[in-house]
Amino acid sequence: MTEPHIPVTEDELHAYVDNELPAERRGDVEAWLAAHPDDAERVQSWRTMADALHARYDSVADEAVPKRLELERLVRQPRRWVYGAIAATLVAFVAGGGTGWVARGAAATPSAFQNFTLDALDAHRLYVVEVRHPVEVAASDRDHLVQWLSKRCGYDVKAPVLEGTGLKLVGGRLLPGPEAPAAFLMYESPNGERFTLYTSRADTDTTQMRYATSEGDGAMYWADRGVGYVLSGPADKDRLNQVARMVYDKTDKNGG
Amino acid sequence: MTAFRQSVEAMIPALRRYARALTRDADIADDLVQDTLVRALRSERLFLGGDVRSWLYTILTNLNKNRRRSLARRPQFMPLLDNNPDASGTEAEGRDIARALATLVEEQRSVLLLVMLEGLSYREVADIQGVPIGTVMSRLARARAHVKASLEGERVALRRVK
Repeated sequence: MTEPHIPVTEDELHAYVDNELPAERRGDVEAWLAAHPDDAERVQSWRTMADALHARYDSVADEAVPKRLELERLVRQPRRWVYGAIAATLVAFVAGGGTGWVARGAAATPSAFQNFTLDALDAHRLYVVEVRHPVEVAASDRDHLVQWLSKRCGYDVKAPVLEGTGLKLVGGRLLPGPEAPAAFLMYESPNGERFTLYTSRADTDTTQMRYATSEGDGAMYWADRGVGYVLSGPADKDRLNQVARMVYDKTDKNGG
Repeated sequence: MTAFRQSVEAMIPALRRYARALTRDADIADDLVQDTLVRALRSERLFLGGDVRSWLYTILTNLNKNRRRSLARRPQFMPLLDNNPDASGTEAEGRDIARALATLVEEQRSVLLLVMLEGLSYREVADIQGVPIGTVMSRLARARAHVKASLEGERVALRRVK
């Protein structure tokens, strides 16, 4: 095996893989790789990496384009989008304590659903510290509470019984939500640990469950058939997850 | 539909793929694509020809940079990857590459994806990021070394890459 007269550089190895190498140098690089197994292994690993990227993400390009990204819609409703962006910026501003304002010109709307979760966490923090008036309607009036919230929110609000979690319903209240009224339910354990469930109509149809944490509080959030759910509580992820799964099962089973 | 809009529309699937890999979150990715499209449509009259494809990647890359800046002090959101019991082998591999991407700094992730996933030339990526080609190449080399190490479960090699 003859060594090429000019040694192959790192840059050339990358350029070779990316088809950026001048044609006359390709033969030299191939000869170099045959003589240098370490470099050959590296070049191979970059090709495997590219395959893994395509295997993971090409399916996204094959998906049907969501309605909200159709150009016709975007052309027809530019105004609504601008208002949406302003609203999102204001929420970011409030939540970020000022940092959102800096990014105002950027026009990058944070995911609407994340703002939804921030609203829920704000409500959670506001009411869990309440001793005398944590709720508007107490759990003793459960039927009335559920009927009232369902009527105002426009979907079937459930106040699930969370067996096995040690949590009992304290009651609930109606709150303004991002798009529509929100139903807010509070649960409490015998040792005073409080969880809240915030639901409201959401733009997002259905999503997987996600976790968010902020200043010692945790939230599990998901959407199910056009209703957004946020379960907030102490930041213990396993505990939150256990309770959130039960809420999900109960609201789902009952056809909510 | 104008020729301009047609070329923008044809790019939507690729933009969604790039955004998904860049953010690794379906909702945020589509938000970014939507913002990119709105911005592109608004600037339709200002567009004086040239490569629509590079231009759209540039807008999306910049919007993502701004988004990350504005999110810096907001709560951290993450998907509950570990709670997905029915992940197949391929999905598990996909998670590995997604996790490896997550370890990269923003400019490196962007270079890696634009070159390896979207198939852009070094020259195009240099224009998108507004840096010399040499910077693109060193970012790419570092990103590849990082991802390789991450996939192999090693600590990132501190060895200086020539």
